[in-house]
Formats: sequence, C-alpha cells, structure tokens
Amino acid sequence: MSQVLDFVPIWTLILGMAVFFYVLLDGFDLGVGMLYGFAPDTASRNAIMNSIAPIWDGNETWLVLGGLGLLAAFPLAFAIIIPAVYFPILVMLLALVFRGVAFEFRFRDAEHKTFWDHGFCYGSAIATFAQGVVLGAFIQGFEVTGRQFSGGSSDFLTPFSLLTGFALLFGYGLLGAGWLVLKTEGEVQATARRHGRMCLVGVLVGTGVVSIWTPFMSDAIASRWFAWPNVLYLAPVPVATAAVAFFTWRALDSASEIRPFIGAIGLFMLSYLGIAISLFPMIVPYRFTLWEAASSERTQAFLLVGTLVLLPVILMYTGWSYWVFRGKVRADVGYH
Amino acid sequence: MDFDPVFLSRLQFAWVIGWHILLPAITVGLAAFIAMLEGLNLFTGRDIYLRISTFWIKIFSIAFGMGVVTGVIMPFQFGTNWSRFSDATANVLSPLFAYEGLTAFFLEAAFLGVLLFGRQLVPRWAHFVAALMVAFGTLLSSFWILSANSWMQTPAGYEIIDGRFFPTDWFKVVFNPSFPYRLAHTVVAFFVTTGFVVMGVGAYLMRRGRSTEEGRTMLSMTLWLLTVLVPLQIFIGDQHGLNTLDHQPAKIAAIEARWETERQVPLTLFAIPDDKGERNLFAIDLPWLGSLILTHELDGEVKGLKDFPADQRPPVAVPFFAFRVMVGCGLLMLGLVLFGGWLRWRGRMDTSRAFLTTTQIAAPIGFVAVIAGWITTEVGRQPWTVYGLLRTAESVTPSLTRSDVVISLLGYIAVYLIIYPAGLFLMLRIVRSGPSIVADDGAEIEGGRPEAPVRAGAVELREGEVR
Repeated sequence: MSQVLDFVPIWTLILGMAVFFYVLLDGFDLGVGMLYGFAPDTASRNAIMNSIAPIWDGNETWLVLGGLGLLAAFPLAFAIIIPAVYFPILVMLLALVFRGVAFEFRFRDAEHKTFWDHGFCYGSAIATFAQGVVLGAFIQGFEVTGRQFSGGSSDFLTPFSLLTGFALLFGYGLLGAGWLVLKTEGEVQATARRHGRMCLVGVLVGTGVVSIWTPFMSDAIASRWFAWPNVLYLAPVPVATAAVAFFTWRALDSASEIRPFIGAIGLFMLSYLGIAISLFPMIVPYRFTLWEAASSERTQAFLLVGTLVLLPVILMYTGWSYWVFRGKVRADVGYH
Repeated sequence: MDFDPVFLSRLQFAWVIGWHILLPAITVGLAAFIAMLEGLNLFTGRDIYLRISTFWIKIFSIAFGMGVVTGVIMPFQFGTNWSRFSDATANVLSPLFAYEGLTAFFLEAAFLGVLLFGRQLVPRWAHFVAALMVAFGTLLSSFWILSANSWMQTPAGYEIIDGRFFPTDWFKVVFNPSFPYRLAHTVVAFFVTTGFVVMGVGAYLMRRGRSTEEGRTMLSMTLWLLTVLVPLQIFIGDQHGLNTLDHQPAKIAAIEARWETERQVPLTLFAIPDDKGERNLFAIDLPWLGSLILTHELDGEVKGLKDFPADQRPPVAVPFFAFRVMVGCGLLMLGLVLFGGWLRWRGRMDTSRAFLTTTQIAAPIGFVAVIAGWITTEVGRQPWTVYGLLRTAESVTPSLTRSDVVISLLGYIAVYLIIYPAGLFLMLRIVRSGPSIVADDGAEIEGGRPEAPVRAGAVELREGEVR
C-alpha cells in the first residue's frame, strides 16, 4: 500500500469533524428537548418540538458515524474507552431510544401523550448528562493494561466527571436556547432568551472550573498550556472564550435572533479546541497516541475511498434540508 | 450454564439484535414492495396501487424510525461488551460496519424524505425513483452487514499478526465463502416475512369487509410473489446448507444432532440431544434422509460431533430445535401458499373463510422463521466469534463483572418491552383504519403540525410555494 501518505491526520480530521458535528447538531436538539420540559402549555410545546422534528434523526446519525468512525480509524481507542464508560454509554443509549421514539409516538398515541412528553424531556436531559460524564471520564484518563481497559465499571464516576456532566447540561441548554430564539417568536422566544442567559452562566462556571481543574490532573496538560512560549500562542483561546461569552450575553439581551446561536456555537468550538490542545496527540488520554491506536493503512485507505465520496454528499444534503426548513415554526399553523 | 459475563453478554447481544432484526425483516421487504406499487401506479395509472402504497408507507415510517433508534445501540455493543473482539477484528470488519452506517445515512438523507413526504412536491416518476432508491439502499445496508456477519462465519482474505486480524485482500474479505448464500437466504427471508405480513393484512381487511378492494389486491399480488419466493427460499436454504457443510461441519452436526461420523445417516425429526452423554434421547429417525438432504447422496458421509474436540463443539439442543422451528415455518408457509394457489385456481380465494383466517393468523410467521434461523446460525457458530480462530470467551470485554452485565441487560429488557409493544400498537392501529381512510390524510394536522413529524416538510414546502 501507499507508504507516501499518512492517513492518520486525514482520519483525525474526519473523526474530529464528525464528533463536533454530532455535539453541535444533536447538542442543540437535546438542549431543545430539555427546554421542552419548561414550556408552559401545549401550544409552545408543539412549537418547540416542531422546531427540531424534521432534522433530529439526521443529527443523531452522526453519533453512529462517530462511533463507527472511531472503531474503524482508531480501534484500540474504541476498545478501551467504550468499556471504561460502560454505564454512561448504556444510560445514554436507553435515554436516546426513549427520546427518539417520543417524536413519532407522541402524535400517534394521544392517550399516553404525557408519558412520551416526559420521555422526550427526561430522555434528552439524561442522555446529555451521560455524554458530559463520558467527556469527563475521557479527560481523566483510564486504567489500561496491555491493549485493554483494566479498571472497574464505576471508575468513571468522579466529582470531575459529574461536573462535566452538569456543565454539558448547561452547554446543550444554551445551544437549544439559541436554536429556539432563531426558530420561534413571541413568548416562546422570550422564554428561550431567559433560559439561555441562565445556561450561559452555568456554562461559564462549568468551563471555568473544568479549565482550572484539568491542568491539575495532568502535568502534561499543565505544561502544554503554561510553559513558555506556549502560554503566548495559547493565550488567545481563553481570551477569545471570554470575548465570545460576552458577545453571547449581549446577543441574548438584544433583538438579534441569530447571534445567540452563533455565540453558543463559538463557545462550543473554543471548548472543543481547548480539549484538543490539551490532549493532542493522545486518543486514549495519557496512554496511546492517534498513531498508536490507528487501524492498518489498508483499513483506513479502503474506508477513505467511500467516505470521500459519500460524506460531501451527506453534508450537502444536510445543509439543503436545513435550508428547506428555514424560518420560524409556529404553533398555530394549520389549526382546524 | 454459567451466568458469567460472557454468557450474559451473549444474552444481551441476542436480545438487542433479536429485536432489531425484526425491523429490517419488515423494512427491507416493505421498501421493495412500496417501490413495486409506485411503479405499478406509474405505469398502469391505477389509483388503487397508490392507496395501498400510501398505507404501507405509514407503517414503513414507524418501523424505520424504530430501526434507527435500536440500530444506534448496535455498534456500541461491540465496544461495551465485546472490546477484545473489536480490537482483534476491527482492521478487517470495521470498514464493512462503517460502510453500512454511511449507506444507511446516505439513503436516509437523500431519498427517504422524498418518499415519505414528497408525493405532492415532486413529479410522479421522481417519487417512484425515490422509492426505488430507498429499496436499493436497504439492500445495500443488508449487503454490508451480512458481509461482516458472514466473515465471522467463514473468514477469508486476512492474515493474523499478534492475535489480531489484518486485511490482505478486500475482495476476499467482502465476498467470503458463505456470503452469497447468506445474503440471498436472508434477503429472500425478509421478502417472504413482509409478504406474509402484507397477505395477512389483506386477508384481515377482506374478512372485516373494510377496504376489501385494497385487501384483495394485497392478498392476490403477494400470493403470486410468495408462490415464487417460498419455493425459491427452500432451494436457497438447501444450497446454504451445502455451503455450511463444507465450511462449518460442526454446525451441521449440531443442527442435525449427529454424534458419529457415518454414511447413510438418518434424518432425526425429533430428539432430546444430550451433550454430556454424547447421544440423542427419544430420537425419531427417518432412515437415509439425512444423507440425502445434507449431501444430496444416499450414501453421503456426514461428520459427527465426536470428530470435534468437546471444547470446539457448539451446544446441540439450541441449533437443533431452532433449525426445526425454521424449517417447520417454511413448510407451513409452503402449505399455505399451495392452498391459496389451489383456491385461486378453483375461484374461491376471496370467499374461503378458512383461508382468510389462516392467512391472517400466519401474518407474523416470517418473523418466527427469521429469529429461529438467526439463532441456528449464530449459536451454531459457537464457541467462536470468528469461526475456528477467535473464541467467544476471548472476545468479551475483560473488565466486565457479572453485575455490570446483569444491570445493562435488565435495562435493555425494560426499555425494549416498552417501546416494541407501543410501536406494534401504533402499527396495528394504522392497519385497523385501513388504506381507504389513510389515503387522503395528507392534510390532516393536529396540534399545529402534521400528525407525524416526517410529514412536517410537506406542509412547510406547500406554504413556501404559496409564498
């Protein structure tokens, strides 16, 4: 096979993109799902669910692509990380099932509407929390012997991972609020702005504590950020975060309908970048690098051929479907 | 039977995939059936095909949605419970899984939307093309996932370095020895399963005197299809069996509960296989037939389980009985199809209460056969995940404890026991209202939105046009 081309950076880019798309896309619709629980009446609930109904399943498919992408490109990481977060993954999957079927069942099964409403709201919140815990466990690192996870199934549960779990609740809540400001109007929009501000406070406290805590967990991370001259190159990241947070706060207070969502996306981008800077080139933190965990060249090449054809088409279609469903959703459309 | 993490993980995998497989068993067939109906409508111009198609598209959309959410769970199983399997086989198998995911995503993204809510938005031929592409996409998904499954049964095109599999020849990996047979047998099984569901619903509608015209068309069309497909499936199954005898003789020995290697072996209709005593209790044997069926020669030699070391034999009773359930279902299907053909010839197909009632009761028979067949082939593969090369006991995640897996298994059991009955209930409700009522529901809107999320687009776009 080709010895000229190193596929690892390409796959790192593809997988990094897939995971980020998942976080962003399912992030806002999980957030919308949580805010759904605070909606005062059926009309606003309908409007809120309408705002994500046509796109949520496409968003969730990125989770499958992310999982399979990790298995295909970095199988060693998949084989270590997933068992280490056995229970958070279980809880996330079961919560996503409930939340997913709620879309279809809520409208066909009027007798149990309240049950599916709860399934939708709590399912979204629980799945989000579980994902946050997975993130925290990932940053903490895992006990590894040879090529396998050798810790216990409750190792993931630490104050740090609980903190990242709560932080993500606020994070997805902020994304969801941004989306609702964009897609709704009137009372629902005003409520979303208020919820957005609360979530933003939570996000800032959460990321602040995580950012201070992380360097204390690993010397490597501490020296990555604070050693000279890195501190100079990397200082823009926290500075930009503060600026974007200020921008988002102002946007939530202003009349702008698009800026809160853009601000939330910006915060997620910077946090994602921060984690990537902290951990690169590790894919199993503090144990295996991307190159050590990579699958064989033949494997990466074989899958790359199809991915390079299919992925752009998928992205174009995704963009197109968001375009089709652009504009405000209204709760009162088409009442008999 | 030891309830260790290995066995519990097997139970869990069986539970989640057993439920999941029921959905492709109906969506693969329905997608093709819908494409056929759309084609018939396009070329004959008869509205009845459109009404039947719209009716089944509704059921298809629920089954597909459930297929998506239960499908998300599947890839994670490899990580949570089978991490050593993942580490050992990912270089070979992961692209096949990933291509399945990409294909499914591609299909969902590009054509499902048009099929589900685009009837008023695109030209009729384009709607037909969308239906064709969805059907093609479901087949492509089946292609990749069955290729991966077949590779675990009959691995090829690999080399082993440090206990891990590496690909040497992708063509041999994908088109491994059992793949063509398994693909044909499974896809036809899905078509047959759907056929009996459609026929059963048709018979139900006729019996109720509701939408009888649509019911009759469903029944008649599907009966013709099944008249071809059921015998074809029996032939493919026989060919698949010959292939298995070549590549996995221990599985065949377990399926037939053969202990000794012999010629002129009998066919054991019933027995209680005794693994410890290496014998069959209460056996009912038909002489010669075993050799004839398995080798197509009266004198053919069939290997017995005693030829394999005890730690390389599958459990016998499970594949033995599961196989008999599957074949029993096949024979019942053949009987029903022949009975229906005879009634049609005598001009009594529409009026025979006995036939309509039996057909209605037989609607889920394909699902039973699919599950039984799947149990036969997967339990028959034991004690290996990659046949002859990687043991199941060495595939499981090493860090798992018994209570870990008990908790997760109970979680999956609880959730599936809520959502499957709910889904079935909703599908039955659509069946009860029948195609005539369903047909014109495009404008039906409840609570500020179309009653199903997938149709939201149709409303949005129609508004857009007015604007």
